[in-house]
Amino acid sequence: MATSTSIVYLIALPLFGAAALLLGGRRTNKWGHLLATSMSAGSFVVGLYQLSLMLDRATEDRAITQKLFTWISVGDFNVDASLLLDQLSICFVLLISGVGTLIHIYSISYMAEDPDRRRFFAYLNLFIAAMLLLVLGDSYLNLYVGWEGVGLASYLLIGFWNKKPAYATASKKAFVMNRVGDMGLSLAIMIAFATLGTTTFAGVSEHAHHASEAAMTAIGIMLLIAAVGKSAQFPLQAWLGDAMAGPTPVSALIHAATMVTAGVYLIVRSNFVFDAAPTAQLLVVIVGAITLLLGAFIGTAKDDIKKALAASTMSQIGYMILGAGLGPAGYAFAIMHLLTHGFFKAGMFLGAGSVMHGMNDEVDMRKFGGLRKFMPITFVTFGLGYLAILGVPPFAGFYSKDLIIETAFDSGGLQGPLLGTITLIGAAITAFYMTRVMILTFTSKARWDEDTHPHESPILMWLPMVILAIGSVSTGYLFTRGDSLENWLSPVFGEHGGHSKEHLIPPLVVSALALLSVSIGVSIAIIKYQRNEIDRIAPANVSIFTRLARRDFGQDAINETLFMRPGQVLTDVLVKSDDKVIDGAVRGIGRMAIGSGAVLRKSQSGFARSYAAFILIGAILMIAGIWVVTQ
Amino acid sequence: MNPYNYLYLAGLLFTIGAIGVVVRRNAIVIFMCVELMLNAANLAFVTFSRINGTLDGQVTAFFTMVVAACEVVVGLAIIVAIYRSRRSASVDDASLLKR
Repeated sequence: MATSTSIVYLIALPLFGAAALLLGGRRTNKWGHLLATSMSAGSFVVGLYQLSLMLDRATEDRAITQKLFTWISVGDFNVDASLLLDQLSICFVLLISGVGTLIHIYSISYMAEDPDRRRFFAYLNLFIAAMLLLVLGDSYLNLYVGWEGVGLASYLLIGFWNKKPAYATASKKAFVMNRVGDMGLSLAIMIAFATLGTTTFAGVSEHAHHASEAAMTAIGIMLLIAAVGKSAQFPLQAWLGDAMAGPTPVSALIHAATMVTAGVYLIVRSNFVFDAAPTAQLLVVIVGAITLLLGAFIGTAKDDIKKALAASTMSQIGYMILGAGLGPAGYAFAIMHLLTHGFFKAGMFLGAGSVMHGMNDEVDMRKFGGLRKFMPITFVTFGLGYLAILGVPPFAGFYSKDLIIETAFDSGGLQGPLLGTITLIGAAITAFYMTRVMILTFTSKARWDEDTHPHESPILMWLPMVILAIGSVSTGYLFTRGDSLENWLSPVFGEHGGHSKEHLIPPLVVSALALLSVSIGVSIAIIKYQRNEIDRIAPANVSIFTRLARRDFGQDAINETLFMRPGQVLTDVLVKSDDKVIDGAVRGIGRMAIGSGAVLRKSQSGFARSYAAFILIGAILMIAGIWVVTQ
Repeated sequence: MNPYNYLYLAGLLFTIGAIGVVVRRNAIVIFMCVELMLNAANLAFVTFSRINGTLDGQVTAFFTMVVAACEVVVGLAIIVAIYRSRRSASVDDASLLKR
């Protein structure tokens, strides 16, 4: 494989930006955001340059590596800090740095009033660097560094306004739940090293065929746990809703477009593991299917616009995970949906941010309404993203989501129709809740607070939204024209790539079914919300299902009863036993010494005559003793 | 004369001395009682020497006298010093060590 010396600049530029802003302190306040934005843009330019170089090379030479330094060298175990830029990584590099740069530009204006804007941009750059390292690492160990880096950046950015205790708690919650997933990743690395003796993608891929299926299944399940944690999939999904505490650009970049999709990247990157472990693959599919329905159901009941979008993100990533679990047929489509989703969901989050900007940071959709007239650009860009996520042709989601639905139907056996139906139901619910968001925010009657004066956002904010909207419209067509993305990615997935040409149901019928379910969802939403008055306060007398969905199907309650409370009890017991038993013993020894000292001190009266008496008594006793013994 | 009578006398003297040390307050008197105990011991040594027909006890008695002389010198000096500073020779007044 060819080597290169310029891949590292992709990571080095944003990393430098983060370091300069964090170390430079207040001095960089004036121009820090510009530096950070240009570093991110620089990374994007390097990415484009690398893409142009890659396009010039023949298909088999497209992947290149760069060794940075020898990281660990113990006996015959060597880990290099190396980067791998192949067809898969370049997609992610361009998505991360491209969308990242747009969101940097957006944030300049969005965060203009914030006294800590410099720190915000430092964290954003740190995130870009870590995320790029995640997708560029050539081994699980290098990926792990980036994996933890994005976790840190996510934690810092969710808790960016940590003066509010709830936000600080949200960031801690995200960090702790991610930790569960990270445990899976580190265990996967350990199992890979113990059974295969290597942690590089190339090495594991080479050994995957002749390693035992049990080992591959174990690695696969651990990788799935990692993906589930990072991508907020069932059963580790509870953190994503609360992660919306972070500033909206963060939600757009980290919790919609890039970081949460790292789990999909991990599974697709580990395609050789999952191809060798059907059980793990099946689990991936199950997790994806559950999450896509769960997220969609939660999305129907949320009144907080960001939480509705977060639930939607969870559901859409469910689609991707499902696609990635369908094996070689689905990998490329999972990535395609990931990329198109990156555009339309980031666009919609920025739109939500723009709405909040104009509405005094209100997030409750029940207090929006009629914003179409006041925020035309936001309405149009959000609307294009809306059409894209629904999967209306010719918008991006139509291509990517339909391909996943199609692949689900084609996955064979009983599984095929079942998964296909689930994805169709998911599409219908997606249409319902997204239409609800549109109606509540933009088209229904105004229900604002008295003192709000909605207005369109400045150009620095709407320009990124427009670019992302163009992406939401065009990417699907571009990626599928002549199966371009599928062919582009196929070298990464080995020999057996490409999707089968035999269909259970003809693609056209699948598209028609998908459109039918979407139109059902849209119609229900229009009947339910466009026609009726919408209460400013969420009605209380709703079905048990709505109540459950509002409370995220008790995900927090379950986590609390199953893990938090027992953990607290265990902690209490441990603290008490530490306090009473261990500390008690130590303190007891001290108290014993003090007590015996107090008793003995009484004999030390200071009177010479009492000492003399003691000596006398002692002497008499000794003599008596000797007399008794010798008698 | 039965030499054991001397031992009884020595025991009597020692007891008087010991009781004197414990019950009296005046340092000088205590000191004299200590001397009494030493001399009782001396008497016992000499008596044993006589009973056993050896010189060991007599030699020890001389040592005791020397030690007693030294002790008197040091002890009286201390008593005088205490009396000068505290205007009292009572041993119960000199109980600063307990604090």
